[in-house]
Amino acid sequence: MNRYPLWKYLIMIVAVVIGLFYTLPNIFPQVPAVQVSTNKTAVRLDAALLDRVEKTLKSAGIPTTTAGLDPDNGVHIRFVKGDTENQAKAKEVLIKELNGGVADGTGNYIVALTSESTTPRWMQELNAKPMALGLDLRGGVHFLMQVDMKGALDRAADRNAADIRTLLREKKIAYGGVDKAGAIINVKFSDAAERQKAELAISDSNKDLLLKEDGAGQDLRLLVTLKDEAKKKLADSAIEQNQKVLGNRINALGLTEPIIQRQGADRIVIQVPGASDPARLKDVIGRTGTLELRMVDADGQKNTAALQAAQAGNVPFGTELMNDRDGGQILVKKQYVITGERINGAEPAFDGQSNQPIVRVTTDGQGARVLRDVTSQNIGNRMAIVLIEKGKPEVITAPVIQGELGSNFQISGRMTTRETSDIALLIRSGSIAAPMEIIEERTVGPSLGAENIDRGFHSVLWGYLVLATFICIYYMVMGLISTLALSVNLLLLIAVLSMLQATLTLPGIAAIALTLGMAIDANVLINERIREELRAGAKAQEAISAGFEHAWRTILDSNITTLIAGLALFVFGTGPVKGFAVVHCLGILTSMFSAVFFSRGVVNLVYGSRKKLEKVSIGTVWRPPSVSTNAAVTASVDAK
Amino acid sequence: MEFFRFSRDIPFMKYAVYFNVISLLTFLIAVGALATKGLHYGIDFTGGTVAELRYAQPADMTQARAAIESLKTGEAVVQHFGTPQDVLVRLPLVPGVTNAQMSDNLFKAVCGTRTLADSKNACGEGAERIELKRVEFVGPQVGRELFENGALALLLVVAGIMIYLAVRFEWRFAVSAIIANLHDIIIILGLFAIFGWEFNLPVLAGVLAILGYSVNESVVIADRVRENFHKMRKASVDHVIDNAITSTISRTIITHGSTQIMVLSMLFFGGETLHYFALALTIGILFGIYSSVLVMAPLVRWLGTSRENLVHATEKPKDALEAEKILP
Repeated sequence: MNRYPLWKYLIMIVAVVIGLFYTLPNIFPQVPAVQVSTNKTAVRLDAALLDRVEKTLKSAGIPTTTAGLDPDNGVHIRFVKGDTENQAKAKEVLIKELNGGVADGTGNYIVALTSESTTPRWMQELNAKPMALGLDLRGGVHFLMQVDMKGALDRAADRNAADIRTLLREKKIAYGGVDKAGAIINVKFSDAAERQKAELAISDSNKDLLLKEDGAGQDLRLLVTLKDEAKKKLADSAIEQNQKVLGNRINALGLTEPIIQRQGADRIVIQVPGASDPARLKDVIGRTGTLELRMVDADGQKNTAALQAAQAGNVPFGTELMNDRDGGQILVKKQYVITGERINGAEPAFDGQSNQPIVRVTTDGQGARVLRDVTSQNIGNRMAIVLIEKGKPEVITAPVIQGELGSNFQISGRMTTRETSDIALLIRSGSIAAPMEIIEERTVGPSLGAENIDRGFHSVLWGYLVLATFICIYYMVMGLISTLALSVNLLLLIAVLSMLQATLTLPGIAAIALTLGMAIDANVLINERIREELRAGAKAQEAISAGFEHAWRTILDSNITTLIAGLALFVFGTGPVKGFAVVHCLGILTSMFSAVFFSRGVVNLVYGSRKKLEKVSIGTVWRPPSVSTNAAVTASVDAK
Repeated sequence: MEFFRFSRDIPFMKYAVYFNVISLLTFLIAVGALATKGLHYGIDFTGGTVAELRYAQPADMTQARAAIESLKTGEAVVQHFGTPQDVLVRLPLVPGVTNAQMSDNLFKAVCGTRTLADSKNACGEGAERIELKRVEFVGPQVGRELFENGALALLLVVAGIMIYLAVRFEWRFAVSAIIANLHDIIIILGLFAIFGWEFNLPVLAGVLAILGYSVNESVVIADRVRENFHKMRKASVDHVIDNAITSTISRTIITHGSTQIMVLSMLFFGGETLHYFALALTIGILFGIYSSVLVMAPLVRWLGTSRENLVHATEKPKDALEAEKILP
């Protein structure tokens, strides 16, 4: 009656072996490491580089444990566990050797601090890797960015309006003007035939535009908007572009393993573990600016009347009043000459004559063409370099155009080296497609992370020990089996989490502790039921069998209700709550296996083979002294 | 060892009225506290900035308070956090100031004349050192969403559990169980309101987890009630319910005790982050025992459950498994 067929025992063994195998990587320690990689295609990551790195460290007298080369992501050098001092030293030495001391991402190599698992390679190849630790456990920065889609649509409309103007001019179609209200472009005509021609030309040149005729008589209009599917495409590509730009920026700072994910329709999550300089990171991520080069219309010297009118609140059409860095105000055209998208590269440098920090900029072919056209006609005029952040334009500098500009030029102004390197970084990493804003930020220092690991570990450890002791004393051998099942539950839960490469957070550890506390419920139910059967006078073997069978339905019911709550948390939870829910749900599932299937197997193994089992070691089975017990009543009622 | 030795069924049903009056009173007190004092929400819900600072020696609170006052943010909170060296600063949302500026300003203000380290997350040397251990900023739109999602999650849990219980047992059990457990939730929230404990995201997770967990008790008792209806054919409904509670109470208390052991461990070792989470669970577990035994069972009785509701009159199934199939 209490026997398992061989295959069931085999399942138990296989489950435990797999559980052990995938739990093991979490026990191998994490060691500090330095990774040397590159984001330039021309730079090769080869054995020569490895050799160079090793020699450099050796001559600097920095002790390392291993050094290896991974063709995909570069050279890895590991240090003794906890030796972050030498790790930091090594980074410094390597930046000096490989990049000539430049640490802002413009050098050929990216030297980054990481931590690596010492799990053997063959295990890693079988996907046995440790669980990733969440930011609250290892320190780091978390940002939630809200992408302003309206802004993206607005900018697309700007681009399209400019295109339509050029197109109509090229095709020599007479139009009264192009203006823009939000995301709607309004093209004016005085002649219906011309409008007809324009409609054909526009829909030919851009299939994403939706055209609508409007107005009557002399006041004819063409309303141009984006088609719905084009809007969706635009939104998707805007998010993608923003993600890419953020990735470039973070990589350029020499931080590895950033997680940059889309969340929902218009949000991006950024997580950078172990960031040693969160303030700098925040600065660079938070700079969601786009760069535009625009002509200056009026300033203190030229066209002063217009400037004064604007200062009095009467800003001329097509221009904007802005503060320049000297504290004065200038009037800048709304129409840009080129945007950051036309810029190929930018690097911080020093001006040869004045020795002031500057930014050297390189543009692409089309950008250079436009610049050449505009600047050749505007020598002596000023051009403003405008950084637009959160819709607020800021003039970085507005230099006087000294000569015809081409594909190379430099931006100077009163900037510090840090500013020039940040601006260069912003320009280089590309222009974001839609403005973004940080709506949530969590920064956890590394010391708090280590404390949290300790707290979580001790919560689980002490709770588990006290619980196990109590259950073993209260239910004797059956309690021992229940504890064993609980250990298997913990093992399987950690194995499943490692297999899924889930990220463990402090709420996740809390969920492990709570789930263990709840999982013992199944074994308590079974043991109490067996006691009850024994109390009612059942034979030992029958009591075990009946106990497991009766308890099973209750266990299933109660686990399903717990699972409903877990799923609701998973569906509606974000961040820490989701982490909690994942562990909680998985823990319930593994507990069904361990508490029912596995513990039954062990019980069968211990008791099942004995034909004449007199006694089950399940602690005291107290029998009520009088005859009028429930069990007796039940039995006698049934007998009738 | 055996803690629970009952030679006869405890007549719970006889005293049901008293228990329900007690429940109603505690429930009303909790609702009253929620209505008058309200919950003390964490920044997850309200939005704002929270920073955790560690001083090298016991922090000078008056100086820290003055520094934060100078930021002129309105309702700022500066308080000790665990040890005298740890200080928690809470700032409300300030329109027009981005979070990046806010956390920088905060730390600069606290540091005062101390020199800021390059990384901007520590300042001062030796005994003067202050470390910025944690900064969190939550924007207004996030908090609003969390409210909505929290409410939706609660609704989903309630609806899911009710449907499951109604299918598995019958509607009287579903209604009673959900009332009994919502009563627990209200009491948890009420206590949080009375003592001004911080209601944050982990607490919300804990409350919902407890909702799923306490329903277990109701399920266990309902299961036993149904089984007893099969076995004890001559017994009255009260007797059946009393017997069901008495024979499962040992299990109820042992299980809750076991879960409580883990929760206590979190309360003692889990630090500040898990403190309120563990506290919510503790209240939930204690009231969970009480409510499923003394609230849910009488409710089932008064809603008029009977043998016929759970056991089909014409059928004489040998065990509950067969009875299941003929339930609506």
